[in-house]
Amino acid sequence: MKRIDGRKSDELRPIRAEVGVIPNANGSALFALGNTIAVAAVYGPRLMHPKHLQESDRAFLRTIYSLIPFSTKERNRPGPSRRSIEICKVTREALEPAVILEEYPKTAIDVFIDIVQADAGTRTAGINAASMALADAGIPMRDLVAAVASGKIENEYVIDLAGKEEEVTACDMPVAYMPNRKLVTLMQMDGDISVKDAKKILDLSIKGCMKIYEKQKEALKKKWMVRI
Amino acid sequence: MTDFLKKERSFVVPGEEIVKSIQYLPGKNCFREGDSIYAKRLGIVSISGRVVSVIPLNIPYMPKVGDMVIARVSDIQFNGWILDINSPYTAFLPLSGVREYIDLTKTDISKIYNVNDFIYTKISLVSQSDVVYASMQDVKCKKLRGGRIFKINPAKIPRLIGKQGSMINLIKRKTDCRILIGQNGVIWISGDRIDDVIKAINLIEKEPYAEGLTDRISELLDEVKK
Repeated sequence: MKRIDGRKSDELRPIRAEVGVIPNANGSALFALGNTIAVAAVYGPRLMHPKHLQESDRAFLRTIYSLIPFSTKERNRPGPSRRSIEICKVTREALEPAVILEEYPKTAIDVFIDIVQADAGTRTAGINAASMALADAGIPMRDLVAAVASGKIENEYVIDLAGKEEEVTACDMPVAYMPNRKLVTLMQMDGDISVKDAKKILDLSIKGCMKIYEKQKEALKKKWMVRI
Repeated sequence: MTDFLKKERSFVVPGEEIVKSIQYLPGKNCFREGDSIYAKRLGIVSISGRVVSVIPLNIPYMPKVGDMVIARVSDIQFNGWILDINSPYTAFLPLSGVREYIDLTKTDISKIYNVNDFIYTKISLVSQSDVVYASMQDVKCKKLRGGRIFKINPAKIPRLIGKQGSMINLIKRKTDCRILIGQNGVIWISGDRIDDVIKAINLIEKEPYAEGLTDRISELLDEVKK
């Protein structure tokens, strides 16, 4: 089967990864998968406000995900929505196992993720950008996190669904993965599918995550190696 | 002899495996899990004896006792000042940390250091629970008047200072500027050629380990002089 954009079933969209796109932030990154573009900025660790949310033994990871108004065809009303609040939560839970929060007790690490252009797979692009930005900020981590969404179209398992494909797929499964630790930190699923299919899709996603991980490493190296 | 997966002075990102052996010990910015040692931060691998560590390329400043830092007064309390030291934690400068005796019934302590004043101060205590105390009880400590404040990556401060201050003394000598460097990455510059100093510091921050950097800095400063 040929896909709408002519890709093979296990082929990712073209990846663009850059680190240090926002000089004001402690760490920042841009991650684009085809037409989906995510920018992440990390501030901190810094003093936690409001103080009652401060934790005495570890840092608090705050992730804020938002689609910027012109990222979609219909103008997206700014501000938190039901959807973006959910994505903030799953993004935080996807990154938390990777970040060593115990190193900076009582502080907050702010991760701001903005989707500049949305064309399916925004949460996974956001997680990819955020994990690069955290590493760039010099925050201690157990591993980087790579993420990709996969699905099933006409009895074929396909990786990295583009906007048009997302409408026809039987299921959409975003997966975040820690490549060295071999841990899945995010797995969600929309649609109806058998357990066997779900396993296949998970395996496919993990392979895709490994490819993304290589790109993330490359981008981090590109920013910091010129300075040695 | 065990094989290193990453050689000395190679670049690592967090989570990369450096060596798989229990013969080695994890040093700074590394951790052990199972048999292997992994990098915790983005940096350069450094191996000395049996200790494997990572030299970070970017790191938030963590206060250490005895560090000289440049701090901004961010708040005043009845018994001292809260200082912003460009770190995850704020420092506290108690009244007892100031050299002169202060009678609280007669003095308004904002006359000594006001909010948004910059001071060159010493870290006197860092407690287990990350409460940081500063002190002005050192001859080098002072309030900074005039000049310009400038921030760089704290991980690059040792390179900016150089061996026994060689790099910073070169800049001082060539430009006749007064420069104070805080270990927290904040720099204070005062003099006629502030812009030239900033140019030189930016070059050092950008290419800290380039070969012949001292000569290039020297050339740069001579060039703009003409």
